[in-house]
Amino acid sequence: MRNPQLSADGELTHLLTLEGLPAEVIVRILDTAVPFTSIAERDVKKVPLLRGRSVFNLFFENSTRTRTTFEIAAKRLSADVINLNIGFSSTSKGETLLDTVDNLVAMNADMFVVRHSQSGAPHLIAAHLNRTGRSHVHVVNAGDGRHQHPTQGLLDLFTIRHYKKGFRALTVAVVGDVMHSRVARSLIHGLTTLGTPEVRAIGPKTLLPTDLQALGVQVHHDMRAGLAGCDVVVMLRLQNERMKGALLPSVGEYFKHYGLTPEKLALAKPDAIVMHPGPMNRGVEIDSAVADGDRSVILPQVTFGIAVRMAVMSILAGN
Amino acid sequence: MALPDAEQTIAALADRMRGAVAFDAKFVGIYSGGAWVAERLAAMIDGEHPVGYIDVSFYRDDFNRTGLKPAVKRTELPFEVEGATIVLVDDVLYTGRSVRAAINELFDFGRPARVELAVLVDRGGRELPIEPTYTGARLAVARDLSIVLSRAEDGGLTLTTEAGGA
Amino acid sequence: MGPHGEERRELKLEIRNGRVIDPRHGIDRVATLYVAAGRVAALGAAPSGWSANRTIDATGLVVCPGLIDLSARLREPGFEYKATLESEMRAAVAGGVTSLACPPDTDPPLDEPGLVEMLKYRARSLDQAHVYPIGALTLGLQGAELTEMGELTEAGCVAFSQAEAPLTDTGVLLRAMQYAATFGHRVWLRPQDPYLAKGGIAHDGEVATRLGLAAIPPAAETIALATIFALVRLTGVHVHLCRISTAEGVAMVRAAKAGGLPVTCDVAIHHLHLCDVDIGWFDAQCRLIPPLRGTRDRAALRAGLCDGTIDLVCSDHTPVDDDAKQLPFGEAEPGATGLELLLPLALKWAAKDKVPLPEALARITSRPAEVLRSPAGHLGVGAPADVCLFDAGVLWRVEPAALASQGKNTPFLGLEVPGKVRMTIVGGHVVHEESTCWE
Repeated sequence: MRNPQLSADGELTHLLTLEGLPAEVIVRILDTAVPFTSIAERDVKKVPLLRGRSVFNLFFENSTRTRTTFEIAAKRLSADVINLNIGFSSTSKGETLLDTVDNLVAMNADMFVVRHSQSGAPHLIAAHLNRTGRSHVHVVNAGDGRHQHPTQGLLDLFTIRHYKKGFRALTVAVVGDVMHSRVARSLIHGLTTLGTPEVRAIGPKTLLPTDLQALGVQVHHDMRAGLAGCDVVVMLRLQNERMKGALLPSVGEYFKHYGLTPEKLALAKPDAIVMHPGPMNRGVEIDSAVADGDRSVILPQVTFGIAVRMAVMSILAGN
Repeated sequence: MALPDAEQTIAALADRMRGAVAFDAKFVGIYSGGAWVAERLAAMIDGEHPVGYIDVSFYRDDFNRTGLKPAVKRTELPFEVEGATIVLVDDVLYTGRSVRAAINELFDFGRPARVELAVLVDRGGRELPIEPTYTGARLAVARDLSIVLSRAEDGGLTLTTEAGGA
Repeated sequence: MGPHGEERRELKLEIRNGRVIDPRHGIDRVATLYVAAGRVAALGAAPSGWSANRTIDATGLVVCPGLIDLSARLREPGFEYKATLESEMRAAVAGGVTSLACPPDTDPPLDEPGLVEMLKYRARSLDQAHVYPIGALTLGLQGAELTEMGELTEAGCVAFSQAEAPLTDTGVLLRAMQYAATFGHRVWLRPQDPYLAKGGIAHDGEVATRLGLAAIPPAAETIALATIFALVRLTGVHVHLCRISTAEGVAMVRAAKAGGLPVTCDVAIHHLHLCDVDIGWFDAQCRLIPPLRGTRDRAALRAGLCDGTIDLVCSDHTPVDDDAKQLPFGEAEPGATGLELLLPLALKWAAKDKVPLPEALARITSRPAEVLRSPAGHLGVGAPADVCLFDAGVLWRVEPAALASQGKNTPFLGLEVPGKVRMTIVGGHVVHEESTCWE
């Protein structure tokens, strides 16, 4: 089955997942993001690329952070941005997801940035638009269930490339709740597509999904062993619900075994960088000393995030 | 049709600019050909002429039709645009659309005191009311041909024609 | 009995020169079948004094017992907006199905004799396939109190089941099975541990990991099977296991049967053909219960059906309206339409695994009849004249317009499948025929 995010000519019409995206497409997005990083340094932090276009932020799951970054990115491209917080379930409004989409397309939406609690929701929307002859309306997945968060994956790749120049000699460790993490899935697919030789997942068995090896990932339950010799350490956020779901006994025990402290970080390479998609739980997955330390690139990630999203929107809008 | 020698044309352009251009004019080259010409001119003309580079990809008027170019470079203007005298430099002036985009982009950095335009080759065919302040050579070229400036490994510049307009 | 009951009963049918396949009696030859008074009168030579009211030329067609589908949701009572008895009964005979069993998860569930009687009455008045209601094992399917199994049996129930509703209290399950065993009632159970399956929508494997879908591990089935087998040993009740889905599960059933336990087992037709990879980019048509599992499981299901560990195939027919499928995978309603695909997909399986046609047809005729304890499912003299005539060689495209069911929800949409039913006969009268020139 053809990847619904690519047109028949292989051009990106939607950004739904990093899985199955050719390396050239990913690299092009990263390369395009480079000039966008300098826009923030200008007086007029805008370029007119998306002038006259309407970008609708369709958030079925609350997230002020992600929505704000997309809003800033779209506005810096001179687009008109409309924010729609549909709440936690489309059915709670009575209108189906696709009916909502159809109504907004009728209001001349050019692009949807979609966040939904169900894996596959953006795919459903994109397939619907493709099928009804409206593939010029682009869909950007801002996070669907535990499936993917492709723009986060891309900005993580951009960050790694910025500090490490390339991927082909890297060892990257992803630490924490990979089972429930769309960020991890996107990053893992991006890293393997770009030729990263060693990708590791570190966490307790309850938080690592089945068959992770099939994705090309080495599984570690011992964090010290898993961090040895790493160039990049990506810490994932631990959500409180995991304690209630009998996946973990307590925050304290989690931090003891899987929290990143300066002592554990010392096992990685001396020039290893520390990343986190945010928001951070200090003292749960990451120690403040590390979060604020000189190996942390967590704040640059945020800046790069805007440039990467600008790149994604520009490429889509131009296709 | 014989193309003029690029190096000689740059020298001719520099001659015309010498004495006419402001002592502290900043040269801003439009990637890629304009950037090379701007660097040459800055070396050849006396005065304080810092060189900046502009990529007009984000300001082009054909984005909706052709999309984003694959390789976008970084616009770098290592000086204050506000109140400056800027000489935009391009290799080939044709429809004038690239220059329009460059001017728009420049103004997002600040308000220059004046903007002039220096072009290596003016091939006519203007679609916008834009005229160069300084010209290296004027040519009449068939619509289906484009004029390309290329740089050799040793830095030598040459003008050639290629199929495909502009 | 229908309004033309008397007249129809007298209809003498002569079905000529078809390839008659009767799996129970090992018959597979070109012959003429004679039907009178709603029963099979003879095969091969005409009975003495015979004169047919209607002659049917079955040259080039297979003539077999009408199909028996052990799980078809007719959506009545309670879900009439999804489909109606009329449309689904029409779909059944269009698919060559002459007897079907419907699960008790209607609204309200089939836990009261009155509801069962109403359903049987409605079905009978349509005069098409025979409907065998499966009664609820517990009141409201809530898993707490027993239903009046005696009364329900008298009203027409042939077995008792929880459908998809969980029965977590093993004490209640034990007592329900003991009570059923007392009276010789059969219990149909879907082996699924509700805690391990909670919230899960896909098989626990690489696909669910990649797509970020909540997973159901195979242990959900094996643990439930172990519990069921232990209780069968204790109570001696006959259990029919519904919709086995894992390789490990098939192995357990094989061992249980070898150990002499009174269990039978079925598989849903979709799970013979599809696996979790077919979900592709979240195709909600592949949202099924049980979930489509891995390739290893699919291979084991096929092998199990071949060697008899799995006795039969059913369609698990579940019409779902379009709106309920046009949702993100996890929110979409599970289920696929299947009455009209039971035969074609069984033929497809037989071709793939090189199973002789009579063997394949046994899985959808004689074996289900045994589990139902029905007199149908064969073409011996005196058997009810429930017959299916189909063209095994033709391919047809699965399209909404080609399906009589109101449920157009199937993963096979747009694909070509083999086997077209040309005529269906129930109790000696023709209830479905394609409009071609019969003699």
